[in-house]
Amino acid sequence: MSNAVSALPGAAHAGIASVTEMGLQGMVTLRGDHAEIAAAVKKVAKQDLPGQRRINGGLGKGVAWMSPDELLILCAYEDAASIVEKLDKELKDAHHLAANVSDARAVFAVEGPAAREVIAKLCPVDMAVFEDGEIRRTRMAQVPAAFWMAGPDTIHVVCFRSVARYVFDLLATSAAEGSGPGFF
Amino acid sequence: MSTRLKSGGRLIDRSETLKFQWNDKWLRGHPGDTLASALLANDQTLVGRSFKYHRPRGIVASGVEEPNALVGLGKGAKFEPNQRATTAELFDGLIAESQNHWPSLEFDIGAVNALVPKLFPAGFYYKTFIHPRAFWKHVFEPVIRKAAGLGKAPKDRDADRYEHFYAFCDVLVVGGGVAGLNAALQAAKEGKRVLVLEQTPHWGGRSPVDGGTVDGKPVADWINDTVEALERMDNVRMRRRCMAAGIYDHGYVIGYERLTDHAPAKQGPRHRLWRIRAGHVVTATGAIERPLSFAGNDIPGVMLASAVRDYIVDYGVSPGDRVVVVTNNDDAYRTALAVREAGLVVPAIVDARPEANGALPQAARAAGIMVKTGTGIAKVQGGKRVTGVELCAQAGEGATLETLPCDAIAMSGGWSPVVHLWSHTGGKLTWDAERAFFAPDPSRAPVGHDGAPSVSVVGAAAGDLTLPAILDGAEAPEETPLRPVWMMPEGASADKRLKMWLDYQNDVKVSDVQLAAQEGYESVEHTKRYTTLGMATDQGKLSNINGLAVLSDALGQPIPQTGTTTFRPPYTPISMGAIAGEARGEIFQPLRRTPIHSRHEAAGAHWEPVGHWRRPYCFPKAGESHRDAVNREINATRSGVGLLDASTLGKILVKGPDAGQFMDMLYTNMMSSLKPGKCRYGLMCSENGFLMDDGVVVRLDDDTFLAHTTTGGADRIHAHMEEWLQTEWWDWKVYTANVTEQWAQIGVVGPKARAVLEKLGGMDVSAETLPFMTYAEGTLGGFDARVFRISFSGELSFEIAVPASQGLAFWDALAEAGAEFGITPYGTEALHVMRAEKGFIMIGDETDGTVIPQDLGLDWAISKKKDDYIGKRAQERSHMTDPERWKLVGLETLDGSVLPDGSYAVADGTNANGQGAVQGRVTSTYYSPTLGRGIAMGLVLHGPDRMDEEIAFNTVSGGTVKAKIVNAVFYDPEGEKQNV
Amino acid sequence: MLLLTCPNCGVAAEETELAPGGEAHLKRVGPGSEDADFEGYLFLRKNPKGVHFERWRHANGCGKWFHAARCTVTLEVFGTYSAQTTEPPKDILLKIDDKRPGWRG
Repeated sequence: MSNAVSALPGAAHAGIASVTEMGLQGMVTLRGDHAEIAAAVKKVAKQDLPGQRRINGGLGKGVAWMSPDELLILCAYEDAASIVEKLDKELKDAHHLAANVSDARAVFAVEGPAAREVIAKLCPVDMAVFEDGEIRRTRMAQVPAAFWMAGPDTIHVVCFRSVARYVFDLLATSAAEGSGPGFF
Repeated sequence: MSTRLKSGGRLIDRSETLKFQWNDKWLRGHPGDTLASALLANDQTLVGRSFKYHRPRGIVASGVEEPNALVGLGKGAKFEPNQRATTAELFDGLIAESQNHWPSLEFDIGAVNALVPKLFPAGFYYKTFIHPRAFWKHVFEPVIRKAAGLGKAPKDRDADRYEHFYAFCDVLVVGGGVAGLNAALQAAKEGKRVLVLEQTPHWGGRSPVDGGTVDGKPVADWINDTVEALERMDNVRMRRRCMAAGIYDHGYVIGYERLTDHAPAKQGPRHRLWRIRAGHVVTATGAIERPLSFAGNDIPGVMLASAVRDYIVDYGVSPGDRVVVVTNNDDAYRTALAVREAGLVVPAIVDARPEANGALPQAARAAGIMVKTGTGIAKVQGGKRVTGVELCAQAGEGATLETLPCDAIAMSGGWSPVVHLWSHTGGKLTWDAERAFFAPDPSRAPVGHDGAPSVSVVGAAAGDLTLPAILDGAEAPEETPLRPVWMMPEGASADKRLKMWLDYQNDVKVSDVQLAAQEGYESVEHTKRYTTLGMATDQGKLSNINGLAVLSDALGQPIPQTGTTTFRPPYTPISMGAIAGEARGEIFQPLRRTPIHSRHEAAGAHWEPVGHWRRPYCFPKAGESHRDAVNREINATRSGVGLLDASTLGKILVKGPDAGQFMDMLYTNMMSSLKPGKCRYGLMCSENGFLMDDGVVVRLDDDTFLAHTTTGGADRIHAHMEEWLQTEWWDWKVYTANVTEQWAQIGVVGPKARAVLEKLGGMDVSAETLPFMTYAEGTLGGFDARVFRISFSGELSFEIAVPASQGLAFWDALAEAGAEFGITPYGTEALHVMRAEKGFIMIGDETDGTVIPQDLGLDWAISKKKDDYIGKRAQERSHMTDPERWKLVGLETLDGSVLPDGSYAVADGTNANGQGAVQGRVTSTYYSPTLGRGIAMGLVLHGPDRMDEEIAFNTVSGGTVKAKIVNAVFYDPEGEKQNV
Repeated sequence: MLLLTCPNCGVAAEETELAPGGEAHLKRVGPGSEDADFEGYLFLRKNPKGVHFERWRHANGCGKWFHAARCTVTLEVFGTYSAQTTEPPKDILLKIDDKRPGWRG
């Protein structure tokens, strides 16, 4: 609805990489036995079940593996509620939990040749070997976050909405001009 | 005097001149200089004062081991004390100042301490300042504190930025000397991901100075070729000015990179802390030369032999025109040859060994240098700089045989492998008696997560001190064995031992260590602390081996039996800024904001931190005190309508066929019997029975519960739920999801609350359709809303959740619709006071981790029908059922004042410790504007049975104030106001 | 700083991603139990020098609990395994037998 605003509308920073808040993004958390929910996910989210720590698709349309009994479905912001409804319908006989979490999150794009280095300043993750199609849930400085490669030089970062400002400031600080380690 | 030579200096660029400031004096140097080499080039041999005696101190070393040349660098927000001049690279405009003297470096009042060194022996402070006790606090401590500390703390906020960087590799090579580069090349050729760290700005370590050939070519060529080869390889990363500060468990290594210290105009962070995870670590950390202990070995001009040739070869700096070399090994002859080659004079090489016939001594003799074997130094002449040296027989007591005028002394007591990093995670050492050093024992290496050795060591750090021992195809003059010399001369008299410095920075002498041994300090760790040997900022890099050799000798035991002190990170000091990394200023820690944060900010909220959340404490108007604002907010709410941002409350979905059973285990109440659409207040206990959280549980449908938690509790309680589901009841069909941040939740509270919602319109919120403790979904003013009829204030109250993205708009819509009813935003303090007026408990006020629900009179919320819930068994323990446990009551002061928070109810007599007995304590206390008096809750012995009894509570000023025990529900005890 | 591989998501996680959960394989004792049994369950914990079985949660990661078999002296990790078990898996026990003969004594 028109009243809806993302956590940091329009926030952007340019440095060794650009950091941009991505606006409203639909997200549905789906818990259940992966084998039992695969068909419903395929039908409703139009995506195959991703393997361990993989993401199929991306923002707007995608499914990410979050844990052995949890998926994250990415969709248009407006569609999240109906996806929950459809999943509940498809899975009415299967033990599962589907919830719209679109409003609980903030999404950022880190873009540029140094994007991996920006993340490597904040997360204990081997960014040199981080692959396309991989999603990593980890610690970003002092808060939990998740990210994946959205292109050769683009990383999408998801965090909780309440710490959106903190995470944006972290990313912007880490992307400050002249701070590239030149490691990757 | 020390000066710049007319030629030479492989690291400096003579075509350019830099200006730098030393104690307000402008001096000149060249790019490539260190501050130390530039000071020496300007004949600045006196660079500081020692810690205890304020002795004049000169530059001793040329690298990180330097104990003396500690200076303050920079100015204002860029000032940093205790920086080693030997590792500070010169740049144009550098500002440096000497430390630990008053009024000036040349004339220091504190130096009177040195006139009576017998006054300050080992353990002086311990012995002197014990009695009389009262003197410690008022006389000794203030004086000692004033005199303590090297350098001065910066006063301004650090202007620089810092950051961390996580790096991973298969092989981490620490040290970019020949051995390290060689190890890196081997690993790289095997296809491993290799990272090489070098603490200096230069590759190659000591080899370019010490010389030698590889495959017939100068070693410098091999270094260049190898660095080039490595730099071309994709799987290799090389960092200079990056020191491995410490090795930790499972291949974790901290690297400390200095990015702009040498180039302040450069953009970017000043330091970067590398958080490296390495599959294997190779330490190629080299070796450090040891001083020799002879009388006056601390006088400026006495330097390590290796440092003297570094200054000549690397920087084209002569430490003196006449340089006497004193040694117990062949390596120091290289210095004599370098001095001679620079066109300077070596009056003699003083060699403690009975003979010296190796290739290097022969070369020295061939160059016409006099070699005096079996000889030692009896005494150094000079005060603020060396003027001469008295020689004696090494085997004797130190009778002067000969005096040589000189202005510098190059000493070498042999070399000690740098074993610090090897030792950090438990690598063991063995004593090599022949070569007189501790070296890593490869059979007792540190192990990694797989149990395999995780660290190996190469080069001088492994005890391979010569080039041919490190590299195939390398050639260098063969060296004959050294002779361990721990004191010079061997039979030195007491007055000489009093002038033999072991630890230059902390002023520990041979005599101090011997005294410690004599007084019974047998453990090297105890001696270290008693004498402060090795406890200065250089952590004993020069002094440790010499010190423990002296201790061993004094104890009459072999050196390995004495052992070393523990090596701990960091290898050399690293900046606090680097440790903090990005975490400063706005991002010092995460600050959680609700979707309505910006509106509160605009309204001038006074903030209260709750966990990482910021919540408005109150909304003071211009000129209004916080107290007045709180009272106004309460009165407006109780008489009209208030508005509360309750978004921070935890919201956890619990869903599944076994959700009811699970909720029954989580809560003390019966939750499985809750009907869909209904709300129930619930208590959650830990397994040891103590109350850990509370909140309203809503049954959304047959399968699904929504559990509200406290603001600080959402993550903790969600983790608590998942722990039980994953680790105890994993066969139960229950899923949880923490949806706290999905919803903005706003409380509309007060007698006019319904009117506000009705004005917004969209759903029926009448008492008939939506009675107290029920829940409904619908729309309000066009917003999709979940409406809960729950109350934490005792008033008619709706808590309304809308998607977080719409929270701000919904807040505005409520404010607009409520304007005509005088709707008033209120903060956490008004919330607290109103709940206290109703006798509602608050987790963290009435509870402190030792309180069970029964203490709080909440037995009504504990199901008697359930066989089990988390905490039930613990609540059956004898201590928990003890009737003497303090119980919750209300408290009213007789004079209407507010009881001090946390004050205790005094009782007659004393407790087992002889302290005044107590019989209760205040848990919450506020001024109630509703009642116009102070109200409080507290836990009191037999409290509920003592209604109307008056008891006394202690006050901050030492007196007592009387309060009457009353029912804890001060306001609307029948609950008529909330149930309308 | 420990490095433990989370068996749930496969990440070799450094300690800052993890939350410790103490001794593994405790058996819950509830209402009706003897005081001594309850004391053992609630308070008494092994603190061995050597082989130890622990609970960990991949808190800043997939959020799942797991078990780790570890040597408290050398910090060698013998293996990590599912949290949904009441005893260590055989292959890990055999591996420990191999590496620390006599540890069961």
